[in-house]
Amino acid sequence: MKKILVEINGVEKSFKDIKAVKGIDLVIQEGEFLGLLGPNGAGKTTLIEIIEGIQQPDKGEIRILGKGWKQQAEELHRTIGLALQETKFMDKLSVKETLQMFASFYELDNARIEEVLDLVNLQAKKKSYTVNLSGGQRQRLALGVALLHKPKILLLDEPTTGLDPAARREVWNILEKLKREENISMILTTHYMEEAEFLCDRIVIMDQGKFIAQGTLQELITGYSEGEIIEFSLEQPMLQDPQQVIKGVRSVHWDAPLRRGKMTVESISKTLPLFIQYLTEHNLTLAELECRKMTLDDLFISMTGRKLYEN
Amino acid sequence: MKIKQIAHLVLVNFRNFFREPGALFWSFAFPVAMAWVLGIAFSGSPEKKYKVFLSGDSTFQKIFPSASATGFTQKIGTGSGTSAQVEFLPASEKTLTDALKKGICVLYIDLKNGQPVFHYDPGNSEAVTLYLMLERELSIHANRPVYVTEKITMKGTRYIDFLIPGLLAMGVMNSCVWGISWYLIELRMKKLLRRMVATPMRKSSFIISHFVTRLLLTSFESCILVLFSWLFFGIQMTGSFAALVLIYLSGILAFGGIGLVLASRTQSTHVANGLINAVVLPMTIVSGIFFSYQSFPEWMIAIIKVLPLTLLSDSVRAIFNEGAGLPEVLLPCGVLTGLGVVFYLIGLKIFKWY
Repeated sequence: MKKILVEINGVEKSFKDIKAVKGIDLVIQEGEFLGLLGPNGAGKTTLIEIIEGIQQPDKGEIRILGKGWKQQAEELHRTIGLALQETKFMDKLSVKETLQMFASFYELDNARIEEVLDLVNLQAKKKSYTVNLSGGQRQRLALGVALLHKPKILLLDEPTTGLDPAARREVWNILEKLKREENISMILTTHYMEEAEFLCDRIVIMDQGKFIAQGTLQELITGYSEGEIIEFSLEQPMLQDPQQVIKGVRSVHWDAPLRRGKMTVESISKTLPLFIQYLTEHNLTLAELECRKMTLDDLFISMTGRKLYEN
Repeated sequence: MKIKQIAHLVLVNFRNFFREPGALFWSFAFPVAMAWVLGIAFSGSPEKKYKVFLSGDSTFQKIFPSASATGFTQKIGTGSGTSAQVEFLPASEKTLTDALKKGICVLYIDLKNGQPVFHYDPGNSEAVTLYLMLERELSIHANRPVYVTEKITMKGTRYIDFLIPGLLAMGVMNSCVWGISWYLIELRMKKLLRRMVATPMRKSSFIISHFVTRLLLTSFESCILVLFSWLFFGIQMTGSFAALVLIYLSGILAFGGIGLVLASRTQSTHVANGLINAVVLPMTIVSGIFFSYQSFPEWMIAIIKVLPLTLLSDSVRAIFNEGAGLPEVLLPCGVLTGLGVVFYLIGLKIFKWY
């Protein structure tokens, strides 16, 4: 039985007239990497802030290693490592000096700073002012700051938002290595499906202050809404509902003005020939066609009717 | 020329300007407010008031028919449009120097064998104006006396002696208020403040570090200014060094506290700019840094005297020019420290770390 690191029971939090978090239960075990997905305003950041201790829940309880924020704040600060979205540092402080400042808060020595510089791959940049770092390097420094005191739990709020794919991959590799080599747990909020898929053991989808689905990526996709996706657009308007006439179509989302459709089907290989045949018989011309596996975004649309992320 | 382009860009500039509340305040409201404050001090209502001290033999009736031995008030410049009420007061050498050092008077007349000698510092524009008005007044007199002018050169009574301690006090204020609040707001904008309080860092260590930084920086800045004015103007400190240290410490505490309060909830440096200026600029103008606050109306002087910058600059001036020691600065030190503690507590109470 693995040790329970974070235990959240019935947590609720409101701001003025908005209920940001509506009764959430969550348990995070030692070594577990949890991904928190949801659209803007779903309550992810509020939940992270409650775990981080800067927001007090109106109702419910949060315990980290069995301890509460009110009683053991300093100890919990030593348990948690935190990297915020787009962290900026003091412009004219070098990478190493920034780490030294944070190290002084935890009373750590220079040896640990060197270790962290290696870990986040910033040895070559240690003398650079933080203002001259690239977005990826800055995020790696933020990660370094979060890891300085060897925390048991890492809270990462959109750690790779705004980074290019290469920089994102570099952050992932560092996190992956941590997962393999240290017994660390992580809670990550992200906009990127691949990120959750690559890093997380468990994914929680949050919407309007509640968890609407959770499990591994595979469990989510097969458990909540099995199927595959055929997306298409036509030159002509479609007059019939394909669900009525084509076998194996589970649901159809038809955007009439754009003549664009999205079908959830049992199996692409079985349904696609029937669909093409139907189009030929009705003299409809395909403008675009895309067949793929279901993603979390599709799952979210099928559950709420809205997109997970607008971009 | 692309008239349409220029017109549109002008429109955009106007939009940007009018949608920034700070800019509106600084461009329109602030100049009017300042004009009003300074107007009260130096013009209009109802007449300017000066104090002129008289020393030497008491035969002033020769110059001013209404003169009396215990002092008298005379209206001058009635014919020239800018008139002023001048209060002439007989004074001993001691009261005279004291008044000069404190900026209560900027000019005195010494009468020797019926010949008036005007003493003032030509470096002080206020004194020059007064001298010119008096000169004009006397020249239209029937029995115009022969008079000479003499530049005030005694250390401690020159304009530069008045100015330097004021500049030192202003340096402390600017360094603390601007330095601390700007820095804190920038850290908040970068979310670095939030990041720092998520560590075991003590909030008190963080705040104390700023007071210590400002103490070291302002001491260094002041040393440079004092060294410079000693070399070039022969400024000397006649009072106690311990008193100076004490008043500096309490000044830094007070202005550091003000800086903390100003930074406690401000979200952007745009807003901070206006907020800090609104506190710092009026004090810079009325607290007797560049010119004496004696020409403000009585009711304003009562307020001005308890402003933190006035408390600091008057004390520093007394230490430099009047040989003040610890007993003389204890009260202002106490008030400044008290203010500092109150601002510090308020600031910490309402401070937003994230």
